[in-house]
Amino acid sequence: MKELFILAVVTTFTLVTYYLVEPFAHSHMHKHHESEKFVYEDLPALTKQGDVARGKDLVMGAGACVGCHAIKVEGMAAPMDAVTSASAYGVNPPDLSDAGSVFDAKFLAALIKNPAHALMLEHKYNDKTGKTFPMPPFYGAGGDLDQEIADMVAYLQSIAPKGEELTPKMAFETACGRCHAVHYQYEKDGERHPAWTQIGEHPTFKHKQDELAYETQVLDYQDSLVKYLGKLPPDLSMYIRSRGEHFLSTFAENPQNYLKGTAMPRVGLNAEAAEKVIEHLADVGDSKRHERDAVGKNVMIYIIIFAIFALLWKKQVWKELH
Amino acid sequence: MAHFTKATSLHDWLNQRLAVDTLRRVLATEYWIPKNINFLWAMGMVLAITFAILLVSGIFLLMYYQPNVDLAFDSVNYTIMQEVGYGWLWRHVHGVAASVVFLIIYIHMFTGIYYGSYKKGREMIWISGMLLFVAFSAEAFSGYMLPWGQMSYWAGMVITNLFSGGSLHADGLVEWIRGDYVPAQAFLNRFFMLHVLLIPVAIMGLIGLHFGALRIPHVNNQDGEELDFEAEAAKYKSGDKAGSKVIAFVNDFMSKDMMVVSIYLIFFFYLVFFHFDFAMDPVNFDPADGLKTPAHIYPEWYFLWSYEILRPFSTNVGLMAFAFAQVIFMLLPFLDRSPNAVPASRRGLFKFWFWAMLVDMIVLTAMGKVPPSGIFSTIGLYAALTFIGLWILLPIITMFEKKA
Repeated sequence: MKELFILAVVTTFTLVTYYLVEPFAHSHMHKHHESEKFVYEDLPALTKQGDVARGKDLVMGAGACVGCHAIKVEGMAAPMDAVTSASAYGVNPPDLSDAGSVFDAKFLAALIKNPAHALMLEHKYNDKTGKTFPMPPFYGAGGDLDQEIADMVAYLQSIAPKGEELTPKMAFETACGRCHAVHYQYEKDGERHPAWTQIGEHPTFKHKQDELAYETQVLDYQDSLVKYLGKLPPDLSMYIRSRGEHFLSTFAENPQNYLKGTAMPRVGLNAEAAEKVIEHLADVGDSKRHERDAVGKNVMIYIIIFAIFALLWKKQVWKELH
Repeated sequence: MAHFTKATSLHDWLNQRLAVDTLRRVLATEYWIPKNINFLWAMGMVLAITFAILLVSGIFLLMYYQPNVDLAFDSVNYTIMQEVGYGWLWRHVHGVAASVVFLIIYIHMFTGIYYGSYKKGREMIWISGMLLFVAFSAEAFSGYMLPWGQMSYWAGMVITNLFSGGSLHADGLVEWIRGDYVPAQAFLNRFFMLHVLLIPVAIMGLIGLHFGALRIPHVNNQDGEELDFEAEAAKYKSGDKAGSKVIAFVNDFMSKDMMVVSIYLIFFFYLVFFHFDFAMDPVNFDPADGLKTPAHIYPEWYFLWSYEILRPFSTNVGLMAFAFAQVIFMLLPFLDRSPNAVPASRRGLFKFWFWAMLVDMIVLTAMGKVPPSGIFSTIGLYAALTFIGLWILLPIITMFEKKA
């Protein structure tokens, strides 16, 4: 009984210390933002029913989206390569093949209408600074503007991969991959994936010369990014461990909450795509998490059996000591 | 030259050359431990097991770690954590054990303080134990540098800066320690050497000294009772095991130790697999960047109390208070003037001193982590003053302590 009392005292002091040093201290050290569940309350709801065929005409039309964006699923290649695009616009405009399933519909509509507003970059692009966002707002093709935008969104959603077709890797590439590199290779489902650079997967080269030429391209691209954003966005290889799931998802949801005035745009992910982006970062930075859980369970079972034997041994030895 | 006869068995062959029977008797079966003890007496074995875990996991990590400022971070977070089979396991085990070992050290220390196990011939046990604490602290700090993350770099910067001695401006000393103006390649290499060779060797030597120091004064017991070990051992050997006040180190004491160890290991492995963030600070998963100071720089939890003794004062006073905190525990056997080597609960004012010290160190630990502003810095200041005050009071209150 006395031993249990002593154990209770030791445990209490240990837990109090743990509470003060971890949950308590961290609650005073970091801003905490609850997830807004990716509903984008500040953006207007979609009121019009979109028409896919009309949307296609608008997106593909002369001087419309495909003037800058690729849509590979529809056989539309990018007008310029990534490095040239970045030197023209600051960053390579995304391929729109997945846009309909990566980005929230409300966000897409708001983006087409007024990019700087939807991306929360009006502190950077406004009349005072005289800067304009590289993507121009869509002023309409002569009809009802909101109807036209709804049509375009409907079209983008119609060509986008559905449900599981959108892999975590695809979600990451469309949402983050044009600004952030992930230089760790990783393996998933027995398949090995190369390192990711801002201009795509890092290929394997036979000749050093080709590799250097590729890396020069990456550096050129990164130079454009630095000019555009002020600094090179960080490599995200270990972000799942250094930032954690909650921070990553709430940060992507609204970067201004954490870093007022940052050049990072609001990403505009829908909730499912956000989960996929996080999963991809975990696949890269915490690739052994499933193994850890599985091994952990077995080790716990083993140790508990060991403890039972230790207890029985002690009982046996001490029988004649009392 | 000793006389050797033809061996009758392998055991006999070894016995003639190494005296294995005598060794076993002296070190195990006739090494006497008091019976009147509780589970806190097993902390020594828990520490020995944890040190063994650190040593083995460290050897595995050493096979892949690269002590180079350009490669270190990725060799830990990519090669070891993701490429090497079960590398993540060894790293989690090593990281968590490095943190948990200090929890056990503190429990072990406060057990010693509570039961007065640093007095009446046990001074060297205490002093060798405190030297082990210093060596473990140096080992923990040097190990923390190795992943070369943001916290490695900035903790290295802050701690080495302490050696400039405030107004003494001994910047040359700081550069000498770093081998550079800032933590860089020379710094990483020498801390790597310290972590994997010099300090572990020192720790192993000190463990030997610590065990040796126990031999003559014997292990203390729950009531501080002075035992006649020879008489009690004779009683035990004559078969009156129940009546004897001593037990054999093996199997009696060991069986209880292993029971405690097994329960400890359940707790330990739970942390390794399911609750490791407290020991593996997320900030250190960002690579070291000398141009980007983290918003909060703080040491691991086990250094927070002494960090908070440094922090609330001006530079010079803070450094003096810090130096005071580093050595004062070592002097405990001499500052405690009472002849009573009994549990604190039976020692008058010392009882309050003990609990006040424990609570004060927990307050210091908490305040050492939170940002030093507003109410926290006030609490930190008073807790630091209380710490110093308690040590000044100790010789006075123990001098007037009645004989228990």
